[in-house]
Amino acid sequence: MIYLDNAATTAVSDAAKNAVNRGLEVFGNPSSLHGVGLEAEKLLRAAREKLAAALGVKDKEVFFTSCATESSNTVIFGAAQAHGRRRNRIITTTVEHPSVAEPVNELEKRGFDVVRVSPDDNGKITPEMIAQNVDANTLLVSCMHVNNETGYILPVERIFKAVKRKNPDTICHCDCVQSFMKLKFKAKDLGADCISVSGHKLHAPKGVGALYVKSGVRLLPLVYGGGQEGGFRSGTENIPYINAFAASTAELEPTIMKRYETVSMLKERLVNNLSGKEEISINSGDDCSPYVISVSVGRIKSETMLHYLESRGIYVSSGSACSKGKKSGVLSQFRIPDKYLDSTVRVSLCADNTAEDIDAFCQALLDGQKTLAKIR
Amino acid sequence: MKEIVLCKYGEIALKGLNKNTFEAVMVKNIKHRLRDMGKIEYSRSQSTLYIEPVDDVDMDELVDRLRKVYGIAKLCRAKKIEKSMDAVLSKETTDYFDESLENAKTFKVFAKRSDKHFALKSPEICREMGHVILERYPHLSVDVHDPDVTVTVEIRETNAFVHAKALDGAGGIPIGTSGRALLLLSGGIDSPVAGCMIAKRGAQIQAVHFEAPPYTSERARLKVERLAQIMAGYCGDIKFHCVPFTKIQEAIRDNCKEEFFTIIMRRLMMEIAVKIAEKEDIQCLVTGESLGQVASQTMYAMVCTDAVSTLPVFRPCIGMDKSEIVEISRKIDTFETSIEPYEDCCTVFTPKHPKTRPTLKDVEKEQQRFDFAPLVETAVNDTRTYYINAD
Repeated sequence: MIYLDNAATTAVSDAAKNAVNRGLEVFGNPSSLHGVGLEAEKLLRAAREKLAAALGVKDKEVFFTSCATESSNTVIFGAAQAHGRRRNRIITTTVEHPSVAEPVNELEKRGFDVVRVSPDDNGKITPEMIAQNVDANTLLVSCMHVNNETGYILPVERIFKAVKRKNPDTICHCDCVQSFMKLKFKAKDLGADCISVSGHKLHAPKGVGALYVKSGVRLLPLVYGGGQEGGFRSGTENIPYINAFAASTAELEPTIMKRYETVSMLKERLVNNLSGKEEISINSGDDCSPYVISVSVGRIKSETMLHYLESRGIYVSSGSACSKGKKSGVLSQFRIPDKYLDSTVRVSLCADNTAEDIDAFCQALLDGQKTLAKIR
Repeated sequence: MKEIVLCKYGEIALKGLNKNTFEAVMVKNIKHRLRDMGKIEYSRSQSTLYIEPVDDVDMDELVDRLRKVYGIAKLCRAKKIEKSMDAVLSKETTDYFDESLENAKTFKVFAKRSDKHFALKSPEICREMGHVILERYPHLSVDVHDPDVTVTVEIRETNAFVHAKALDGAGGIPIGTSGRALLLLSGGIDSPVAGCMIAKRGAQIQAVHFEAPPYTSERARLKVERLAQIMAGYCGDIKFHCVPFTKIQEAIRDNCKEEFFTIIMRRLMMEIAVKIAEKEDIQCLVTGESLGQVASQTMYAMVCTDAVSTLPVFRPCIGMDKSEIVEISRKIDTFETSIEPYEDCCTVFTPKHPKTRPTLKDVEKEQQRFDFAPLVETAVNDTRTYYINAD
């Protein structure tokens, strides 16, 4: 099996599996006052320290959630609840993941003033394009770090700086699901007030995410109850998965640069293998994260190519896996020509992939291009 | 409280000397459908089947399953009581109808006395029972012509039964009394409806599905299997034939004119279906086609497809509007599954401008550009066959 769909989810690492087991053995409730509970609390505390260190923030600024979707919803609805009566403008981009786009759509229905910034004709978003919409009434700017469909890296450092210059009270949220532990950055570098991250994109299991909220930024919780996570996210903590998330982070942090180089070389190889081939277009340029590569093969339907590759043991996704067959509006936002929109597959890598994997993929793609029925 | 279910036959009751055969098949079907529900006793009398659970069974589930058995016109849950007027008139008995009576304005009592030795005659039973009900539910009045609720009292050999509400059964005649049919099952809305309509007229259904990976996905096939599973609730276990069709699709694309793609594809599907039908001793093909719905469902197109079939091709949806087909698919509960959006990449084989008025001569000429026979043979040989049972 050649798995090239790491932006959808990743294989669970041994370190994460062991950490899950450890978390199952330490079965106590961290809120219990006795020793059994204390053991669980220790794991939780250590995990929080690990995540905080990786993000370069204080422990108390990190909250565990069930997934990045929950993290982003918490920021967007939490900010609207806390400040919506005084300020009601929300600025975002048209290339966000649905976990940001949909809660913003919902707030628009409830009367918020939403501005969505599209990439320019070159498929880029510049700080000015965002900042020019910021006014005294602006509550929140939500802008992803790395796009999940093309790998495009948004200049969030400069975007958030420009935003803060216009209105320092604006809450800056960054969806870092595709960049955390892949690009080297700390929360301070980005200038973000809130950051969403996910465990299962980092070889931890599905069902755990985290949210960074800078101290001083006031959000209201989505979930009320027993007051866990500093009262910000009630519900007994998922110790095994939180422990696994921390273990994966610990394993990956020291190798960010090394893995980046490996994956960059893989991307280069893929691009070289396919460059100059007729009717094949690589939609992810040099301003993109090497982990995500969008490839179009003219006139061959994405799903057809996907299932063809699958028959050769190669697993990729069409557009974005979260939207299961839905046409990608995001790709058209990146100015990918119409003729390629229906014909795009996404290759997403991890450092475990090899040059042979890339060669096998390219060969299969070219074979498929030759034999598969084309759209007329 | 002991509850039983009374199933009233519809058409079977009119079958004259064949009635017993039909009845026996229906009872066999019912027993098969209820086989995992615990010990149940069956008895027949006067065009009614009495289904009496011995063990404690889930009566809601039992009734749900029975409502899908073809051959039953009406069914009602009844309370089994001691054969005495005291029992008939007891509060416990009227309580059994409490909900129906509370919500009604008018009622009547209907009595049936198959045990002629019972002390009271039917009209007397009605009078007594009516009196008791009026005393306990003073808001009601009697209406013998168009009552909201009809309370029925049946006095039989060993026991009495009372019931108030008849439910509609699935109607039709029992599966297995009209031969075998092979349904071309696509995954859309129409074909499951067509299959159930033919099954309702007593046919044993088998299904054939054509898959074309990588243009169709495994999820699409699983969806079709789920549809077959829902249908099996009505049609009984379904023998499912899954035909690998990719090579044929590609050969059509490579060798024939675009405007003929769909019609030639349909003809080859029919050809394969006929071959499977012959192996399985099946007497007809069934499709979900509705006249004029799409280009391949015009009268002209059907002339061309039927030309390859040596068996009759039944199209029970032929004269129905989409909305009517949807209505039935909701009733048999296949609609929600049919509309699940799994990308069907067969659209790459769909001509932009298909021929709506093909002539058989032109189609045959176009099809002769390539010798499909070996591919058809391989497809039939590589067909995977398995059973899909009701859940």
